[in-house]
Amino acid sequence: MSPTESPLGYRRDPVGTQPPLQSPAYGSSRLRAPRLAPVALAQTLTEITGPLIGASRVGPSDPDLTRQHAEEPQGQRIIVHGRILDDRGRPVPHTLVEIWQANAAGRYAHDGDQHPAPLDPHFTGAGRCSTDGDGAYRFVTIKPGAYPWRNHHNAWRPAHIHFSLFGVAFAQRLVTQMYFPDDPLFATDPIFNAIADERARQRLVARFDLEASVPEWALAFSFDIVLRGRDETPREDPAR
Amino acid sequence: MTLPTTPSQTVGPFFGFGLSWADGPYVVPAGVPGGFWIRGQVFDGAGEPVPDALIETWQADPQGRFATGDEPLDAAFAFRGLGRSCTDPRGFFGVFTVKPGRVSSALARAGEAPSAARARLQAPHVAVTVLARGLLNRVVTRIYFADEPAANAEDPVLASLPDPSRGATLLATPLATPLATALAAAGGDGYRFDIHLQGEHETVFFDF
Repeated sequence: MSPTESPLGYRRDPVGTQPPLQSPAYGSSRLRAPRLAPVALAQTLTEITGPLIGASRVGPSDPDLTRQHAEEPQGQRIIVHGRILDDRGRPVPHTLVEIWQANAAGRYAHDGDQHPAPLDPHFTGAGRCSTDGDGAYRFVTIKPGAYPWRNHHNAWRPAHIHFSLFGVAFAQRLVTQMYFPDDPLFATDPIFNAIADERARQRLVARFDLEASVPEWALAFSFDIVLRGRDETPREDPAR
Repeated sequence: MTLPTTPSQTVGPFFGFGLSWADGPYVVPAGVPGGFWIRGQVFDGAGEPVPDALIETWQADPQGRFATGDEPLDAAFAFRGLGRSCTDPRGFFGVFTVKPGRVSSALARAGEAPSAARARLQAPHVAVTVLARGLLNRVVTRIYFADEPAANAEDPVLASLPDPSRGATLLATPLATPLATALAAAGGDGYRFDIHLQGEHETVFFDF
């Protein structure tokens, strides 16, 4: 690589996009969010490279969470699909998308979840798929239920599906949550509302997608994810 | 024209059944010569272990090359570069790896001669992502190796710390005897690297 082609680092997220780590309304952050200011790091090869993980981690039943057990799970069958893009709109192809969620009753298949709602023996709630060459992904699952938590009096999480993405660089790593349109619990959720910018919050809300819904079978929701993009502005070599 | 990026949200407490991989801790396969464990505990601001954190690591191979998939590394073993470990009930994580080689730090200063780039090699280091209930976004730190004092002394990132006394929070310490943990497995004695999210010994976290 000649000096003039040296790639630059990944662009920062627009102000107001990322929730501040110190968000006292979210009780668990109080003893866990660092108190000291982070140290500015000039990106190096370590940050602009990353594992290229895709289809090799995906088994045949991973993208369809309704077919991982002997019978179908309880709940509203849904399709969740979208594209993984960078901030120039370029697709992130062949990258791993991992999701996990509560069942239709709002209970996770996790020992730590003691919420007195039924477990579903036919639903684990974990899925994986790889994006295709256009950055598109698609899951079949059931709509998760809302569930109570002890953050404050009468606290309930809006229904959500957790997403985990690697992108192509350590700098692009993203873990987030997808919500469903018009949830009445948005107004009182400190995790959702930790994001200062209303438009940024709305980017976590999936769009109901009638076109992608399959008649007499499943409703569809569309959810695109945009990762930080790399600054590739060409630079002149001052030595030449 | 740029698209606005997607915000982060917490990984929450119940990710284990979705994000744990049986081979997650293995940056290199078990039994690789020179392989060792880096193990440690994650602590909160009250000094309590964090049993619901996910640690991910990313590093170069011993020759300073990254497993980006662009070209196969001609290594004697499969090198993934990525480690993933959920903390156990006592807050322990562990990754099995090899010591990374030195990598240039020249990226952010494009347009200079390669010789100058080589002159600013970083010390061996591992990039670390910490995700946990209570963290609305990941936090990022680095593992350096306490038994690399000469390389550490000329590392540009360590040199950039506003408070040099906090540099010790980035050092993994060689262990004389294997650490007993739920992740115990074959391997060398390895290193200890604890992560303090808050408190007197708060780890240095980076923003980039």
